[in-house]
Amino acid sequence: MVAPDDKHWLVRPRTIRRLWVWFGTVLAGLVLADAFVHGHPSFGLDGTFGFYAWYGLATCMAMVIIAKVLGTLLKRPDTYYDDGND
Amino acid sequence: MTTATISLIPPGAWLALGALLLPLIGRRFRPTLILGLPLVTLWLVWTMPNGASPVLPVFDYQLVPVRSDALGRLFGIIFALMAFVGGLFALRQKSTVELMAAAVYAGSAICVALAGDLVTLFVFWEIMALASTTVLISSGGERAVQAGMRYFFVHVFGGSLLMAGIVVNLADTGSLAIDGLDAGTIGGGLILAGVLLNAAAPPLSAWLADAYPEASYSGMVTLSAFTTKAAVYVLIRAFPGTEILVAVGMFMIFYGIIYALLENDMRRILAYSIVNQVGFMVTGVGIGTEMALNGAATHAFTHIIYKALLLMSAGSVLYQTGKRKCTDLGGLFQSMPVTMLCGVIGALAISSFPLTSGFVSKSMISQAAVDEHLPLIWFLLMAASAGVFLHAGIKFPWFVFFQKDSGLRPPDPPWHMRAAMILFASLCVGLGIWPQPLYALLPNPVEYVPYTVPHVVNMLQLLLFSGLAFFLMLPLMKRSLTITLDVDWFYRKLVPWVATRSFGSVAAMYHRWETFGRQQIGEVFGFLVRHAGPHSVAAKTPDSSYMALVVVALLGVFLFLRFFVW
Repeated sequence: MVAPDDKHWLVRPRTIRRLWVWFGTVLAGLVLADAFVHGHPSFGLDGTFGFYAWYGLATCMAMVIIAKVLGTLLKRPDTYYDDGND
Repeated sequence: MTTATISLIPPGAWLALGALLLPLIGRRFRPTLILGLPLVTLWLVWTMPNGASPVLPVFDYQLVPVRSDALGRLFGIIFALMAFVGGLFALRQKSTVELMAAAVYAGSAICVALAGDLVTLFVFWEIMALASTTVLISSGGERAVQAGMRYFFVHVFGGSLLMAGIVVNLADTGSLAIDGLDAGTIGGGLILAGVLLNAAAPPLSAWLADAYPEASYSGMVTLSAFTTKAAVYVLIRAFPGTEILVAVGMFMIFYGIIYALLENDMRRILAYSIVNQVGFMVTGVGIGTEMALNGAATHAFTHIIYKALLLMSAGSVLYQTGKRKCTDLGGLFQSMPVTMLCGVIGALAISSFPLTSGFVSKSMISQAAVDEHLPLIWFLLMAASAGVFLHAGIKFPWFVFFQKDSGLRPPDPPWHMRAAMILFASLCVGLGIWPQPLYALLPNPVEYVPYTVPHVVNMLQLLLFSGLAFFLMLPLMKRSLTITLDVDWFYRKLVPWVATRSFGSVAAMYHRWETFGRQQIGEVFGFLVRHAGPHSVAAKTPDSSYMALVVVALLGVFLFLRFFVW
């Protein structure tokens, strides 16, 4: 095991904070780029400002939640098939 | 079908038959054969002209063992390339049976891609089923054998659907041609069902995630490539524009995402993501325009490369640590940098990041949805593209190489495994930057330009914001030691349960009658043994004096009768 003070630089809290800042900047930059880049929207909605950003975020959150709900019904211990007739 | 300039022997046969020499030659020559055979096959496929082999009359049927055109060669090339890299990755594999079966599997897949009629196709299709089962169970262990048998039964069922379809279709139309079948007829419908089963389509998608992850570290790399993509190939050939495929493909896409999100085993995550990716191809075939079919074919090509890359990365982790659950892994980036980097490249490619191969292939399918004015399909495809990044693009590398520190510090795998990964990682990036050589291999002319500024910006927004969603929702995605129920529950739990319940009473009755019968037979034999057995009177050996006495007595009786009675 590794002592907490000589953790790999990538997993130090300071690096992780910086990564979040960079990530946030890139995300903001990409949304702002929509003001300057004009594609050829095909279905109306996809031409609105920042469409791909909110659509990606919203659909992904929806998928995680749907998976979570389905999981409560369908999850079983991973030894489920090991005992009995299988 | 133009001029007959092609040999009757399909190129894949050289790979399949040559591999049978593996157990006969010394270990020193094994690498030559494992790497040489796929390269020779690759060259044979690559240099094939358009055309067909001479017709082979078998009974009343005119078979065309080899038929070469752009679509067949595209799949033949990627199958042969996969056999080479898969072999390179598996050089250290101790099981000769697995190596041999893998080559037979790849060889027969190439034969399927170049088959000129349904009968030839069916024969190699079934060899693929046998060879892949062998790859699976050669990893040893009870789990693998059981999973292998379930896999085999599902595929025997699929094979019988396919065969029934071929027979009905032949009776109806008198034709064995693969191209342009009608899914609306009984024969065509049965063929479609048999092929879709191999593509892991609903309702029997579960076989894939049930079986493949039980293969060895190298076995699953091979398994991921051929069966599902050979099915996609047949769909492109036989059922382009069949509308139901759009719905089937969409279901596969979201099924793969949801199940992968719930999964804890790293290779099962990737198995579900195979179903997801094949869903994109099936949707493309369903849309059926030139652009869509090109997209499905290119996507199959690039998918084989990045999925094998992801599975080699996961296989390296398994090989080095012996662990396969996300809950046991994490923090491996520190000691396995090459494996991590190659895994991340594969993950970016599967997510269709700009500058990777997935970007230049998958976007053709969504472009086809735009061209055909299918808004619902397009919006779902976009959500699905975001979902791919979520379930495979981030989830796999994050939980295996980052997240918490598992304390494991295994080194990178041996050189040939690293070489195989680096080769495919370079192809992922290379084809992403320079797709023209791949586009040139496609069946239809390509006018598609993937790299436009809006397209790149849009995709980056979509993907990076789904990345944001991943990290925001991370608490909801905490790994647990669970599996997720699927249709295989019916044949793994319900059927055995019903069988023991209903046949249980039959068995008990049988047991009672058997005991009774044995008792009766025992009594009959006891009687016989008592009266005629070794210790019975009849079995005694009388001594000679006794015999002499009996003879004298008989003689006396005889004399007495002779003198006094007669």
